[in-house]
Amino acid sequence: MTALLELRNVSRRFGGLVAVNDVTLKIAEGEIVGLLGPNGAGKTTLVNVVTGVHPATGGQVLFEGRDITRVPPFRIARSGLARTFQIVQPFPKMTVVENVAAAALFAGRAEGMAEAFEAARRHLDFTGLGDAADQVASTLTLAKRKRLEFAKGLAMNPKLLMLDEVNAGLNSAEVEDAMRLIRKIADSGVTILIIEHIMKVVLSVSRRLLVLHHGELIADGLPEEVTNDRRVIEAYLGKRYAEKAGR
Amino acid sequence: MKPWLWLVVFVAACALVPVFGNNYALRLATIMCLYAGLALSWNFIGGMAGYPSFAAAAFFGLGAYVSAVLQSKGLPIGVTWAAAGLGATVFAALIGMAILHLKGHYFAIASLAVVEVLREVVNTAEDLTGGGMGMNIPLPGMPVDVQARLFFFAMLTMTVLLLAVTIVVSRSKLGFGLRCISQNEDAADILGIDTTFYKVAAFCLSAFGVAVIGAIYASWVQYIEPPDVFDILYSVKPLVMVLLGGLGTIFGPVIGAVIYLALEELVWRNFLTVHAAVLGGLIVALVLFLPNGIGAVIRDRTKRAAVRS
Amino acid sequence: MIYFQVLANGLVLGGLYACIAVGFSLVWGVLNVINILHGTFIVLGSYIALFSYNLLGIHPFVSVVTAGAALYLIGHAVQSTLVNRVIAAPVLMTLTLTFGLDLLLNNLMLVAFKADYRKLVLENPLGQLEIGPVFMPLDRVAAMGLALLLTFLLYRLLRDSRIGRAIVAVRMDREAASLMGVDVSRINAVTFGLGAMMAGAAGSLLSIVYPISPLNSGMFLGKAFVICVLGGLGSVPGAIVGGLALGIIESFGAIWFGPEHAVTISFALLILILIFRPAGLIGKRGFE
Repeated sequence: MTALLELRNVSRRFGGLVAVNDVTLKIAEGEIVGLLGPNGAGKTTLVNVVTGVHPATGGQVLFEGRDITRVPPFRIARSGLARTFQIVQPFPKMTVVENVAAAALFAGRAEGMAEAFEAARRHLDFTGLGDAADQVASTLTLAKRKRLEFAKGLAMNPKLLMLDEVNAGLNSAEVEDAMRLIRKIADSGVTILIIEHIMKVVLSVSRRLLVLHHGELIADGLPEEVTNDRRVIEAYLGKRYAEKAGR
Repeated sequence: MKPWLWLVVFVAACALVPVFGNNYALRLATIMCLYAGLALSWNFIGGMAGYPSFAAAAFFGLGAYVSAVLQSKGLPIGVTWAAAGLGATVFAALIGMAILHLKGHYFAIASLAVVEVLREVVNTAEDLTGGGMGMNIPLPGMPVDVQARLFFFAMLTMTVLLLAVTIVVSRSKLGFGLRCISQNEDAADILGIDTTFYKVAAFCLSAFGVAVIGAIYASWVQYIEPPDVFDILYSVKPLVMVLLGGLGTIFGPVIGAVIYLALEELVWRNFLTVHAAVLGGLIVALVLFLPNGIGAVIRDRTKRAAVRS
Repeated sequence: MIYFQVLANGLVLGGLYACIAVGFSLVWGVLNVINILHGTFIVLGSYIALFSYNLLGIHPFVSVVTAGAALYLIGHAVQSTLVNRVIAAPVLMTLTLTFGLDLLLNNLMLVAFKADYRKLVLENPLGQLEIGPVFMPLDRVAAMGLALLLTFLLYRLLRDSRIGRAIVAVRMDREAASLMGVDVSRINAVTFGLGAMMAGAAGSLLSIVYPISPLNSGMFLGKAFVICVLGGLGSVPGAIVGGLALGIIESFGAIWFGPEHAVTISFALLILILIFRPAGLIGKRGFE
């Protein structure tokens, strides 16, 4: 299996703080992988390392076999690696369709403005935001802003889409909608990495889970293996609980 | 197509000045074109990209001196203007790559320091520039009124060119990318925008416009000295004009320049000793009461009127 | 041996520079406002000292108190009535606002005091200090000592007083501070007032060193810029380090390259530091 994304002993330090420590993993084409971990485990930092926002201080990141460890973010984005933000980051004064068109134009290889806007409307319809296309982005509700992030990610025409906490702040009906959308995106052939701190949400779509704790990868495997792993239970529920459960 | 129509209207209105106006009107019209050109140039980096640049005075002085030095070596005037523009563009590309990674106030200060350093460099290079003595660049063998017309049309041409570039850029990928950068640079980066290249491009456009205008100015006034052409007010005035007319818009800078010039003339005539104070008061009022420019007020009015009818 | 003299000159100048910059740095660091008025505030402090001495015979070292108090009131008023209204606006707006205010105030001072350079000449100077090969007028040394003392007092105020802690809290996280019950707009006004107060006090001390004219405000502002960038932003020790560094650089620059290049050297240095060490010579990342 050739991996779409591969991390080899990746570390990221901020001064004395090690936010990501010696992480090695592979993601194959077509997978839906969940990246779990309690708050502060280093999940978002890992995404920032992969996208080049905070380049790795040690190790290597490979995308489609190419070393992208020191490649600037905009080039990584153009090569087919897209992400959404935990804290949504629209261009506030632009309309929704302009936001998505920007993604299509600069990363999605749309030829010219007209084509970018056409593609943008298509992605908005796909994500169910078609009606809000001409609204100014800053006026959207949180749930719709999260959808806008999806649409932007898709418009970048990615091979791998990393979804950073797309469910934070949503109610359960909205979460279900989001999950349905994720499955739909996966069916269209995009490899997906879902970053979450709530395990339940990920279990409904992922066939493989990664767990990050204190910057280290402590588990990697099928959902049922991972949820029974002693270290994972410790990380989530504390040591005492793990001992009581006798595993 | 509408912006192009307004452009034609603007040119027609300006072209009438030398036909009907007297020398005073021609002088005012020349200054108006100078101001509009400066404001349009600043708008690329300050309005579209949202970077608070104070480097305009550096480009203005650089353009003026490049042109003056080349003229004193006997080159034709048009060639020296073009050389001024190209020289400033290269200079801006180099400086831009160094300082455009700074944000907010840090960028503002760095761009301000560029003005100070360049002024002192010109002051020191006495062999070439005459230092603090300034440079005389007479234009012999041409009647005064012909000269006045020549420089007016040169300024007008430059302004129209900058206005055309503004229209083209604001509809192009470049303009779109700059708008993204001005609203959220990190997000722009992650969406695949080569932010460094875009910012440097905007900075270079800005430098080119300002430098050519500085060069024409030098030929027009025929005598320049460092404190005159590296005056920090050349950095500040365009900023105020663009704020007046509306940041990042197409015609805002031109409207702002016209209003600013009208105010300046009024103030100069009536309050000579306190003209800076009145200008300061105007700036304060502008920031507090019209932060989006007069253009925005007009747009809101027309929108409201349209809703009512 | 001339180098000792140059170094001493630089240190004395540097102590005064620290006092020039610390208020500017405070306002920039806490409010994220570049106060273009700062140079004019310093000159105003100098005029207060000048008139107090010429008309009432009050020594400039005493006028430090009145000039500081007067400028505090002006600064507090400017922030609470004007700057606070646009404090959340982009950098360009606050910068333009203080620029406009500076044009206004500086022009009024030009009209009121005229542009010519005046000198405050002390009738009973303290004499010369002589240490080995180094000569120094005692008045200047005393002014430097007072400047550093004032800077140190500001440091204690920020560290130990309630209001000081509130200012530091606002500097670190405006929103969190307001959630914890800090009246942020009041703290803004106090901070701006303190910045102006330091400017006024520095102006009063500088009146015995520099000729006094509204035309000097740009020079003082430029120095404040350079010192902030040299020392790093928003911290008192940073301003002291930056001030001393600039004083020494200017003194040596003057003998090596000629005094007319002092400004060029400091600004060239400023650009280089911004490019290569935007956090200043010491200190953490200060930029947004």
